[in-house]
Amino acid sequence: MPAQFRTLQDRLHHQDMTLGEKLRQISWSYLLLIAVVATVGFCMLYSAANGQWDPWADRQVVRFGVGVLAMIGLAVLNIRVYLRYAYVFYAFALVLLVAVDVRGVIGMGAQRWIDFGFIRLQPSELMKIALMLTLARYFHGLSIDEIGRPSKLVAPMLLTFVPVALILKQPDLGTALMLVMAGGIVFFAAGVRIWKFVLLLAGGLAAVPVAWGMLHDYQRNRVLTFVNPERDPLGAGYHILQSKIALGSGGVFGRGFMQGTQSHLNFLPEKQTDFIFTMLAEEFGMVGGLTLLALYTLIVIFGLVIALRCRHHFGRLLALGLTANFFLYVFINIAMVMGLIPVVGVPLPLISYGGTVMLTLMCGFGVVQCVNVHRDVQLGRGGGDP
Amino acid sequence: MSGARDSERGKLFSRRAALLAGGQGALTLALAGRMYYLQVVEAERYGILADENRISLRLLPPPRGLIVDRFGRELAVNRQNFRVLVVREQTPDLGQTLDALGLIIPLTDADKRRIRREVERKRAFMPVQVKENLTWEEMAQIQLNAPDLPGVVIDEGLTRFYPHGDGGAQILGYVSSVSERDLTGEALLELPGFRIGKAGIEKVYDLALRGKGGNSKVEVNALGRVIRELERKEGTPGVNLTLTIDLDLQQYAVEKIGEESAAAVVMDVHTGEVLVMASTPSFDPNAFNRGLTGEEWNALINNERAPLRNKCISAQFSPGSTFKMVVAMAALEAGVISPEQTVFCSGSVDLGSHRFHCWKKHGHGSMNMTDAIQHSCDVYFYEVARRVGIDRIAEVARRFGLGQPLGVDLPNEVGGLVPDRAWKRAFNGQPWLPGETLNAGIGQGYVLATPLQLAVMTARIANGGVMVRPRLTRESFTHSGVRVSSTEPVAQVGINPKSIAVVRRGMNDVVNHPQGTAHRAAFDLGGQKMAGKTGTSQVRRISMKERETTGVLKNDALPWRERDHALFVAYAPVEAPRYAVCVVVEHGGGGSAVAAPIASAILQETLRRDPSRQRPPAPTEGQA
Repeated sequence: MPAQFRTLQDRLHHQDMTLGEKLRQISWSYLLLIAVVATVGFCMLYSAANGQWDPWADRQVVRFGVGVLAMIGLAVLNIRVYLRYAYVFYAFALVLLVAVDVRGVIGMGAQRWIDFGFIRLQPSELMKIALMLTLARYFHGLSIDEIGRPSKLVAPMLLTFVPVALILKQPDLGTALMLVMAGGIVFFAAGVRIWKFVLLLAGGLAAVPVAWGMLHDYQRNRVLTFVNPERDPLGAGYHILQSKIALGSGGVFGRGFMQGTQSHLNFLPEKQTDFIFTMLAEEFGMVGGLTLLALYTLIVIFGLVIALRCRHHFGRLLALGLTANFFLYVFINIAMVMGLIPVVGVPLPLISYGGTVMLTLMCGFGVVQCVNVHRDVQLGRGGGDP
Repeated sequence: MSGARDSERGKLFSRRAALLAGGQGALTLALAGRMYYLQVVEAERYGILADENRISLRLLPPPRGLIVDRFGRELAVNRQNFRVLVVREQTPDLGQTLDALGLIIPLTDADKRRIRREVERKRAFMPVQVKENLTWEEMAQIQLNAPDLPGVVIDEGLTRFYPHGDGGAQILGYVSSVSERDLTGEALLELPGFRIGKAGIEKVYDLALRGKGGNSKVEVNALGRVIRELERKEGTPGVNLTLTIDLDLQQYAVEKIGEESAAAVVMDVHTGEVLVMASTPSFDPNAFNRGLTGEEWNALINNERAPLRNKCISAQFSPGSTFKMVVAMAALEAGVISPEQTVFCSGSVDLGSHRFHCWKKHGHGSMNMTDAIQHSCDVYFYEVARRVGIDRIAEVARRFGLGQPLGVDLPNEVGGLVPDRAWKRAFNGQPWLPGETLNAGIGQGYVLATPLQLAVMTARIANGGVMVRPRLTRESFTHSGVRVSSTEPVAQVGINPKSIAVVRRGMNDVVNHPQGTAHRAAFDLGGQKMAGKTGTSQVRRISMKERETTGVLKNDALPWRERDHALFVAYAPVEAPRYAVCVVVEHGGGGSAVAAPIASAILQETLRRDPSRQRPPAPTEGQA
């Protein structure tokens, strides 16, 4: 059959679409949804600076713009490239992680980023995408029978726990936990038996006393303060107590845009980064908080639908893993500021001020969009056409 | 081949994805539930906490009422007080900041230690006072160097200031920090740096002068910095008090007294207004406001001349011969002697086994009443007192203001002592002895009076028997500051005016007769002359042995504490008296030599200034 008569469906299967066709396959409503949430973020940063674009909102807009371009670029890339270079990318991220750790040892204390001049890159953020790619690549290559074999699980567990250990050493407990959970979700989605998780969890619980001994004092304090925030109302518990006061005083409809007293009088710490949800809920109340939560849920549902509609395992795992990663950001951050879990320093995705997180998130969305564009492509377990 | 297995793998994925979606949904619901709990169920509680965070109620201290003299000259004012404070939270290195500050204002190591101690005790955003009463230059320097002094703030308040220092310190009293037992629950008292009246007028009228505190609701940020004021309720400033004192005259009196430990009172004989109430040595009331060092306090307390005591009302002396007018009037009223009847003075008189001496060893000869007053003959008054009896003397003495506190607006006023039989019985259960009447007759023995009482006595003689009461404020206030109209009925002492006239004639002769005991102090100021009476009150007992061997020791030969008190009471002008004066020089020696010249000078200056005739300015309302 001559190429020009082949149906779009055919070409989708054989991934030789033109750029225009690919662009049309991008889920623009998905992007719109993301942009809406990001815009909410700009407004909150504007408010956090007491009605000024400078110093946060304007930079965040620029970063989001760059992020959108990166997302589109990643979306139209051939999905085979991801499949082929997944391990290479993972290795690259791992080297950067080691580099940061080594420099942290040589230099002064905890340093989590590498300065490239135009951006301060946090390798741990990069690793979140790299691990999803790698695990998706690995499980894509396993048959359903092979997944049942414990020996086949050793390699992906190593792939997960080596970067986790490096990040824990930084020390960045929040990111390490997120990586473990996101990795676990991919394992779960790939079909690993539930009793294996139970076994691992039991082992992990047994290791808690050991881990407790390895925790830094400030981390132990965070856990202890979580159990009882009033334990130290002027010190460690202060942040979470002030955050709860801010949320509670917001009530159902909030105090109004830029009217939050807790945030604007600086009772609320880190209002432009980790505690930005608190400020939103103080100014827009429960209505605002639930609306944002609904928007996030929509983004997650979009990601899940993309994963379910994908015909190949690589894309499914990738989209699901990245979506789960996004969900973890949202959940951990909001649960943290509401005093449900310890303060672990995870930003609110698309809204908190921060360059690396914004870019890696947008790259993650780019990869999910790429899965959407290439959902019907036929990928063999080895990586080539079936 | 693997197609079927792969589709099975896909179905497994879909099931697992659905499970994950369910899990995520559950977690999302948990978040929504928590939001509902915090923002609906607990909203009220957290709303209150948020307001507690941001709203701070600050008390506004009212400006203390001013105290001015009868012509509106300021005796006690409020001066701007610039304080420099440091906030730990805003200064990266406290030691460095204090060192930098030390280049501008002197800071001792003790100061720095105190500041460090306070900084450690207080919360990080609470300012700690480094120094107060900064000069304008110091303040300007600090503001100029502000970039090098992070966390250093200047704060402006009011502090009490007495522009004339020790001029009228005992009348005004002073203000000082609130002590534990001054606390009444009034919030004002708990303000850091708040001062209350601790002595004098400042103490008596403290509530009136204090005013009512206002308050200000302010919004503060997390550092405690005030963002804006939400609500302000102004307080009421303290009442301004106008005293009857004439500042210039008071200062003149202090100057005339010089180095002596003395009391001087000048009164208007018709209104009872006290124009001068001087007590020396004095003290600087500003030092109390600043805070005394232990050394300074001990120096004040251990000074035998008692600078803190207002000797006009808190010290009592034997009135000595100044009491003789009372005895004379009591005798005339009782009819035991007429003004012309004479008593022969041989230098002493015997009663039982005891001999009572006149101050003039060889006697005065025959004396009638005016002669006796003029020469201050003791023997005459021994005899007259013996005839009248102590009870009648005491009764007349009380009518002239002796023997009980006069109720002047000052703390620590003492009542003096006018003894009688009943008193003696109550005092020690002993019967009254006739010899004691003789001693009382010349103002010695048990009789005690304050300089103010003697001034009041003189005023009542001078005005012909009107029971004037001494007053220090031009308007009457209750102690909490409510203005009251004084509708005190003018009472009479109830003594025959003729008797008073006799005594006044005698007092005129004391000064204006060439042989009067105070003739050296006489003056004639355009026809205005003074009448008075000297008094010398003995402090020690003169033994028989001393009289016989060395003779009565002269004051110069005695230690200060054993010397006689010198007294002089007077009024002027003789014909139509307007002013009465009393001067008591503690351990000063003889009344005619020491007290009379001072009293004379003060009275002349009083007549020259004539403060009662001058129109005082309209009462000052509000802040001057």
